[in-house]
Amino acid sequence: MKSPTQVFSWPARWLHGTMAVLILLMLFIGVGMVASVSRWHSWLVAVHKPLGMVLLLLVIVRIAVRVCFPPPALPTDLPSIQRSLAHASHWLLYALMLALPLAGWSMLSAGGYPVMLGSSLRLPAIVRADATVFAVLRHLHAVLAFLLFAVILAHLAAALYHGWIRRDGVLGSMFWRRGNR
Amino acid sequence: MSHPARYRLSPPLWLRCLCILGIVGALALAFAGTAGWLTPHRLTAGRLVDQFQRNAGIFPGYRRNHAKGVCLLGEFRSSGLAATISRAEVFAVGARTPIVGRLAIPGSNPYAPDGSVPIRSMALRFTQQNGQQWRTGMNAMPVFAVATPQAFYEQLQAQQLLPATGKPDPARVAAFFATHPETGAFRAWARTAKPSASYATERYNSLDAFEFVDAHGRRQAVRWSMVPEPAMPLQAAASGTTEDDLAADLSARLRQGPLRWRLLITLAAPGDPTADATRAWPEGRRQIEAGTLIVQAEESQIRGACRDVNYDPLVLPDGIQASDDPLLPARSAAYADSYLRRTTEVAEGKGPVAETSSSRSLSP
Repeated sequence: MKSPTQVFSWPARWLHGTMAVLILLMLFIGVGMVASVSRWHSWLVAVHKPLGMVLLLLVIVRIAVRVCFPPPALPTDLPSIQRSLAHASHWLLYALMLALPLAGWSMLSAGGYPVMLGSSLRLPAIVRADATVFAVLRHLHAVLAFLLFAVILAHLAAALYHGWIRRDGVLGSMFWRRGNR
Repeated sequence: MSHPARYRLSPPLWLRCLCILGIVGALALAFAGTAGWLTPHRLTAGRLVDQFQRNAGIFPGYRRNHAKGVCLLGEFRSSGLAATISRAEVFAVGARTPIVGRLAIPGSNPYAPDGSVPIRSMALRFTQQNGQQWRTGMNAMPVFAVATPQAFYEQLQAQQLLPATGKPDPARVAAFFATHPETGAFRAWARTAKPSASYATERYNSLDAFEFVDAHGRRQAVRWSMVPEPAMPLQAAASGTTEDDLAADLSARLRQGPLRWRLLITLAAPGDPTADATRAWPEGRRQIEAGTLIVQAEESQIRGACRDVNYDPLVLPDGIQASDDPLLPARSAAYADSYLRRTTEVAEGKGPVAETSSSRSLSP
């Protein structure tokens, strides 16, 4: 098996690690907060909104990093179906990382809620208040979140497959420095 | 000494595959557990709202509680006196804040007779100059019946109608009250409470405690009330308690002039319970009159500005925060669930607007 001779740039790796943790946290916070009727509900909602905005900023930076530092190529002996699935899933991940916080922000705007990140920081509404638009966006936010969770699970399984089964250096390109492991 | 090629004991393929599936499976399981899908007996916002629907049926497009009501428009004029204990803009000296409000009766049936329940409610949304909002839902009763969302759920379950009689099971209701002595104060009041024929004469209480935060970050536990200013006697004689007395009375009064309530803030003394809405605070607590609510107009709740407002009591401006009252997060979660159900029904064309034809066209 051939190993790639490149690794991801350190900004890409830092963003990947940080956002992986934060996004998983957000997904758990999201499902937990809507089910909860206890003080957890308030705390989780209070964290969910500002964290969502942090992730929106981070994904914009990440897109810029991806453009400036092209990622390493996949191994040349990777079957084309796996190559296509990999690229498609990464596109989907970026689309979802961008769409989810925007859906959340516009959902609150459509619901006529003040978009508060904390007790006094208020973001402007990005769509007009409209109950029908709210309902659509609220359901969209949930559907996209579940889709993101599913794609992350697949992404994780694929990464471990590269690392533990194929042992083709792909996992190392994101997690370790130059050199084989 | 030269090292031989690194000899690594590699786990068998099947074990490596199992580990991958195990990790992914564990994450999925944890997710499902967090969402409440694995614990059907854990109380969630959805299950609370489901119980309302089991008790009364589904009225598409309507709120799952306090379904029957009317929208209000007006403004709040601050007296400036509460500015010393809260930095919320609504209390600033000279502040005038527009409100969109709603008067209603508890219950899931928007066609219920006004006389069927002795409680009336008032909800308000204040929109401050700085864009922050304060939303509050108050009831015209001295204390709430229960202190926790679990007890509230049990009460709802006890009130579920028996198919055979069309009434709640008396044994179940008795058992609920026997195991919930905290309902005593509410029940004592309810025994002699008569359904008011007018919204205008009611005093609406926050029941839940909140915390005011002043400009220096000092906190003060409070409860608040909207105290009615004496309303002018109606020129037409009031009729007996019929189905829709409240709306007719409100219209008649507003034709004669605006209605007013004073916002009275009661300050808790150290030790007063803030996490128990079944317990009133002792008499003689310091009170501040924060300002006057002036209700200038009403609108039908089907077309009015209050229709699409979710009066979530945790939508609060800087200067007001939740207390540790456990009912508050449960209300916020349950109202959000109800709001999603009814806005979805409107979006699907099943809501009350669809029934009344003309007025608005729904987007496809």
